Amino acid sequence: MSKVPSDLKYTRTHEWLRMRPDGAVEVGITDHAQHALGDLVFVEVPEAGRKVCAGEPFAVTESVKAASDVYSPISGEVLEGNPELASAPETVNSDPYGRGWLARIMPAAALPALLSAAEYEKLAAQEEAG
Amino acid sequence: MIDFGGWDMPLQYGSQIAEHHAVRRAAGIFDVSHMGIVDLKGAAVRPFLQRLFANDVGKLEAPGKALYGCMLNEAGGVVDDLIVYFLGEQQFRAVVNAGTRDKDLAWMRRFAAGFGVQVIERSDLAMLAVQGPEARGALAAQLSAAGAERALALGPFFGEQIEGWFVSRTGYTGEDGFEIMLPAGQAEGLWRALAAAGVAPCGLGARDTLRLEAGMSLYGSDMDEHTNPLECGLAWTVALTPGRAFVGRQALEEALAAGLKRKLVGLVLEDRGVLRAQQRVISAGGAGEITSGTFSPTLERSIALARVPVAASGTVQVEIRGKLHQARIVKPPFVRRGQPLIG
Repeated sequence: MSKVPSDLKYTRTHEWLRMRPDGAVEVGITDHAQHALGDLVFVEVPEAGRKVCAGEPFAVTESVKAASDVYSPISGEVLEGNPELASAPETVNSDPYGRGWLARIMPAAALPALLSAAEYEKLAAQEEAG
Repeated sequence: MIDFGGWDMPLQYGSQIAEHHAVRRAAGIFDVSHMGIVDLKGAAVRPFLQRLFANDVGKLEAPGKALYGCMLNEAGGVVDDLIVYFLGEQQFRAVVNAGTRDKDLAWMRRFAAGFGVQVIERSDLAMLAVQGPEARGALAAQLSAAGAERALALGPFFGEQIEGWFVSRTGYTGEDGFEIMLPAGQAEGLWRALAAAGVAPCGLGARDTLRLEAGMSLYGSDMDEHTNPLECGLAWTVALTPGRAFVGRQALEEALAAGLKRKLVGLVLEDRGVLRAQQRVISAGGAGEITSGTFSPTLERSIALARVPVAASGTVQVEIRGKLHQARIVKPPFVRRGQPLIG
């Protein structure tokens, strides 16, 4: 069973969101997602200043087996991509909800409907059951 | 689990990179029962293989000796790549790819009748590969003292029937080791015994990164029916010895006379990122395409095989998600016997 912290919000495409006190939103991929992807060997994060739209690919994770897009859960402007991931992409595997965050985004609009931890846990469990 | 040539196979058991390193540094075990084992029997089996196989089975004189090569179609395209073992004057064994098994059997049978050769699929056998610097010792420990002695005496690319198992010193990883063909009912027992002895279970993912580091081609990716072996880095497996009339020879000689257009090369990515099949390669000599690409756990950067114009050399650009990245043409293998060969 993968970890699903209760203080975060989630998407159906396996991203998590953390609301920061400064109004920005930190985004990453879930434990379930990193496990399904396998050992990550390359992560491309968005550059600061990039405008992203909800649902658009804004980062790429590459495991040994395949490249996968990560979708921006919200519309807004990227404040920062995680600079640590260029040299240590495996951080997303080892600490997906902490040091493995992908980007911080300042929302430009009201947040779309997101999943609670309980809702996401159910979704991930269904997928893990196959 | 993924579908591979009709078989449900694990991509990995745990960490794909850890499995890869286990094979380079110690030993790993692969269930390769999806591979097709085909026995070829008859008084004229050698002439049959001289017709069907682009490599020269005349090189097979010592019992148990194996030879790698291709079956070609009339146009010189690769029907499959396979290993052929010489078991006796009237019996050879071929090991073919899973995805091409039905096509291969049909192709063999098309020629077999004329030579009075029987084509016998050995679906009663399973196949395990034990690979890595500690692999031979690990398998030997599962045999009797006399069996172990015989297995450890096998030279590279030789196989022998030992205590009901056909043990060969072959593999698809660039490491030393054995492949074992055994009755299907015994495979699980051997697997569990090896795993209990510390041999790491490895999936298809590690099998692919290991073979790519070893510069070995994968049928369907690096070559297929539309490419000839001279343009897939397999010229060394084509024996154009005078007098050999194998299927596809005429087309190959015409291609040689016209001049080969493409070649298969190794690439090492100089930038960060991962090379993947189908990415475009841009060189001073023209454009080409990656046929297999991955991240090399041993070199800790991305490597690939690519088909490029014959004039391509030195530094090239690869298009990854719309951006150009610099890569360098190298001669595979990238890694052999645990050692990086690329600086």
